[in-house]
Amino acid sequence: MTPDTVDQIFVISKHWLLGYVPAMLQPLASAVLSVVPVLLAFPLLFAITTVLERKGLGRIQNRYGPNRVGPAGFFQFAADGIKSLTKEDVVPRDADQVVHFLAPLLLVIAAFLAYAVLPIGRNMVVANLDAGLLYFFAVGSMVELAVFMAGWSSHSKYSLLGAMRAVAQMISYEVPLVLASIVVVMASGSLSTVAIVEAQAGYTATLPHWYVFTPWGFAGFILFMIAATAESNRSPFDLPEGESEIIAGYYIEYSGFKFALFFLGEYLGMFATSALAITLFLGGWAAPFSFMTWIPSYVWFFVKLLALIVFFIWIRGTLPRLRMDQLMGMAWKFMLPMTLLNLFTAAVWHFLPNPLLRWPVCTALVVVPFVVLSRSMKQGKTLQVRTYRYAE
Amino acid sequence: MLGVGILKGLTETARNFVGSYFRKDRLTTIQFPEERAPRIEASRNFPFLVYDGPDAMAGLRCVSCFICEKECPPKCIIIDKSTDKKPDATGKLQFYPAEFKIDVSVCMSCQICVEVCPFDAIKMDTDFELSTQNRFDDLLWPKLRLAKSNEYYHEIHPTEAAAVDADLAAARAKAAPKPAAPVAPVAAAAAPEKGTTA
Repeated sequence: MTPDTVDQIFVISKHWLLGYVPAMLQPLASAVLSVVPVLLAFPLLFAITTVLERKGLGRIQNRYGPNRVGPAGFFQFAADGIKSLTKEDVVPRDADQVVHFLAPLLLVIAAFLAYAVLPIGRNMVVANLDAGLLYFFAVGSMVELAVFMAGWSSHSKYSLLGAMRAVAQMISYEVPLVLASIVVVMASGSLSTVAIVEAQAGYTATLPHWYVFTPWGFAGFILFMIAATAESNRSPFDLPEGESEIIAGYYIEYSGFKFALFFLGEYLGMFATSALAITLFLGGWAAPFSFMTWIPSYVWFFVKLLALIVFFIWIRGTLPRLRMDQLMGMAWKFMLPMTLLNLFTAAVWHFLPNPLLRWPVCTALVVVPFVVLSRSMKQGKTLQVRTYRYAE
Repeated sequence: MLGVGILKGLTETARNFVGSYFRKDRLTTIQFPEERAPRIEASRNFPFLVYDGPDAMAGLRCVSCFICEKECPPKCIIIDKSTDKKPDATGKLQFYPAEFKIDVSVCMSCQICVEVCPFDAIKMDTDFELSTQNRFDDLLWPKLRLAKSNEYYHEIHPTEAAAVDADLAAARAKAAPKPAAPVAPVAAAAAPEKGTTA
């Protein structure tokens, strides 16, 4: 088999299987054959990620992490899954039964729908929409609805507080998330995720044309990842589910497999936004060096996805939770100006064809506002010994 | 500048992550069922009855004086006094507990029974692996289960046990007349036979 055959093995086998289906049923069969692997692969990745996350966080804190089920505790996810399936499904008496039931389903469905436009490999995308990026963000904003449904229908103050925090946070960070990805649309001239990946597919010498290797692309990638962390409610932006004050936030009244579905939905959302970051800035399924193109495209996609997941875990093990005002201040005083300036930088990059000129100009356009903004955010925030008026 | 602290934090966690794979002293977790931490001398949970010599039932120091039963705040000690007298480990004729029970579901580990015992017969144990399969039957411990040897007491509380032994020896030397000193060990050795016949 040539490397090309290995690369296209899933596409070829899908067409081979479709040959046995009557022509009338082929559109349906094609959809099923595209969707089912996605429905299998990403929950499996979720299962592996939960184990990796617990082991990684454990090692960061000088603990072993789970090490009882299977070799080195690797099958912990099976034990967790069986446990959550066998647990009692408690629904509060005052809860809105229907909405309470629908919220976790909607969250998972919204997360899964986003995978439709993510190119997992060469010619491997469920639906190549012309407005794929728009579709992704439209579907992604369904998550807020699911979160608020969960918080409202539970009829609990902690749920409602958590849901309100989550919705405020997600809507605030949706703005920089979209603005950070617009620079890519400006550069590639397309909203289609497949076209965006193909626009980054070339190589200069051995180095790829990924957007992350430009000043605006690098800034955009960092801003996108910060916004994606906040979007997926992960540490350090995990205050909607802050265990110490509102216990688990909007899903406190959920138990058993519905609780597991919330976890699944959150992780699927994290994978989807990571996959979008890969698509937009890290060249999608493209190899990082031209001499490594013989490795199949889907392998590169999952390697990049795992790398981003590891980074998410690393960040979670490092940073403490932000306060609500810090969170909002970060979104509106830092992220928003930086993303807006980044749009300008991308435009300058486009209209200055001379590389000797555009590199220093665009780098300065990213670095100078960053320094100025971070200085101004620090103003008047010197640490001092706290003095008490009455409690001394 | 914004972000420098985050980078510092990331290197710190990375150092911990990598270090935990190479330096065993970083991982302080004890893998419990396979490994155990050394027993802590000053710890205590439930009382046990100390006996001298090889036979548990013959060598019990308890003379069923009922002081602990009366002093026990939650009333978890149940004693039946014997009608006859038997020689104890030193050969002296004493009453003994025909039955001595402690309800460990009621015991609050206050150590008052230990404080009040004039015979150093009851002491606190450190054994904590006491989970049972049965909710009710295994919680009322009879004297067979409560009896533990003086050697075991030395093992779990070495300093305290040495002090108790010295006190007991001093008390016996003071109480006993001159020829009694060599008799004691002989009587201790002879005790089991007497115990079994009685």
